[in-house]
Amino acid sequence: MRLDRLASLVRSKNAGPFQLTFDILFSDPAVYEKVKASKVLNAELIAHLYDCDIDSVRFFECDNALAFKATIPRRHVQGSFGDPDLHGGQQHAPLMAVDITT
Amino acid sequence: MDEIRFVAATGAVGAGVDRASLAAAMKREPHFMAADAGTTDAGPAALGSGVPAFAREAVKADLTVMLEAGHRAHVPVIVGSAGTAGADVHVDWTLDIVREVCAELEIELRVAVIRSEQHPEYLVEMLSEGRIHPLAPSPHMDEATIRRSVRVVGMMGIEPIQRALATGADLVLAGRASDSALYAAMPITLGFPEGLAWHVGKVVECGTLACETRGPGVMLATIRRDHAIIEPIGPDLRCTPMTVAAHSLYENPDPYLFHEASGTLDIRNAVFHAETDTSVRISGAQFHAAEKYNVKLEGAELAGYATVMIGGIRDPFILSRLDVWLGGITRYFERTVKEVLGLGPDDYQFALHTYGRDGVMGELEPERESQVHEVGVVFEVLAADQRTATEIAKLARQPLLHFPVPEWTGAVTTIAYLHNPPQIERGPVYRFNMHHVVTPRTREEMFRIESIEVGAGSASVRTRTA
Repeated sequence: MRLDRLASLVRSKNAGPFQLTFDILFSDPAVYEKVKASKVLNAELIAHLYDCDIDSVRFFECDNALAFKATIPRRHVQGSFGDPDLHGGQQHAPLMAVDITT
Repeated sequence: MDEIRFVAATGAVGAGVDRASLAAAMKREPHFMAADAGTTDAGPAALGSGVPAFAREAVKADLTVMLEAGHRAHVPVIVGSAGTAGADVHVDWTLDIVREVCAELEIELRVAVIRSEQHPEYLVEMLSEGRIHPLAPSPHMDEATIRRSVRVVGMMGIEPIQRALATGADLVLAGRASDSALYAAMPITLGFPEGLAWHVGKVVECGTLACETRGPGVMLATIRRDHAIIEPIGPDLRCTPMTVAAHSLYENPDPYLFHEASGTLDIRNAVFHAETDTSVRISGAQFHAAEKYNVKLEGAELAGYATVMIGGIRDPFILSRLDVWLGGITRYFERTVKEVLGLGPDDYQFALHTYGRDGVMGELEPERESQVHEVGVVFEVLAADQRTATEIAKLARQPLLHFPVPEWTGAVTTIAYLHNPPQIERGPVYRFNMHHVVTPRTREEMFRIESIEVGAGSASVRTRTA
């Protein structure tokens, strides 16, 4: 099933001008646990989707918030010439389509 | 003192303060009120140009509500990151508004102004002493970086705010500051646990964003000796253990560890419980004092002057091979710029954003090959001065308009420009150029505090305190 059918929120956002962070939140603990158990969401996936070095990906499973989080370096420093997304808020779409097999 | 109460009036001064909710919160007799007025999230323009991102009238409206409530209750109001970027020009802009508000409300206030803009000579000195360190990921920094910067601010922690509060200020107007520090300063002065104070600051600094649903309202926090209560005040607002826990993810690179000037907030062992249907009890956060005091730097430099042109392409023949077509234009355009203006790739930068295809994600777009019937094109060029940027844009105007399409025989017009003239001059544009911390010799030396009496009739009396 697509991740956007399971999560209550998939979002991207600046974490300061030099990093981009992704949050995937759930409202149902059972669904969160299933997604976690599937092991589909991990640093490798983020490195692949966002074409960055796996060592530069910070990935977190946040049990108390029913959330996954990943942070990567920004390709363009926020607001620098050519940066297509000033707030980094529209970079999450590829994550939405990730297939979770549970 | 068993507990301290305080109000987060809004997530950002200028984004709106709900007067009714604030009035309801003031009935709970908070000991202070705070809100931040800035962020780097607005981009480098505010720091570089000196122009705040928020509308002046909106900031004035919020400050009016906050200062009136604070004055009536005789509790201090703390405003941080004044004027979006918190440099001197932004603090002065905000102070001007404060003067207007005081005159209109006919109130007198003792204002402690904390300046956080850093002098280039000071930074060069710190750099040569090896006191400036990069954070990851970080752009290169040397003396030239400092000299090129239009403005550099240091992000203050709680210490300058504590000193400002000690002057008996009715309003602490701070330059660039850690948002959480605005809330943590007084509780820590009064001996409440540092971990709790910073954690609560982190939760409430975005206003009602830590609630289940968005809406007008304020956040009331109560810190006791071993726990704190987070309580939203506003119609239908509700915090749950999960919304409060999840809020620590927002805009932060790490959901558990938060670096401040004096140490690190660690919420790995934090516990969240429902206190009531709408409020949450938190405990367990720790604060690890740092060996070295580290002040984060934010700098902006002039990147150049930009000119843009906006247009659209609807012809399916062009769209079916857009990369090839744009590639042809690019080669033709670069050659023309060289021939006509004598400028090469080092003299200017240009970008073609193709909205409808990959304008938002660029080369990362997984669906850039899907069939689209229309594409929006934004051509943008950056050069050393505005005239050159516009001359270059004019050299791109013709090829974008008439570059051949192999399927057609005869003259073609290939782009629908939105404006006349198509080019728009953006003026100076800036870039962030630092992601570094400085270890000052003393905790005081980077932040200057000035006490000012602001009031309807009173002449300003200035006394330097540090």
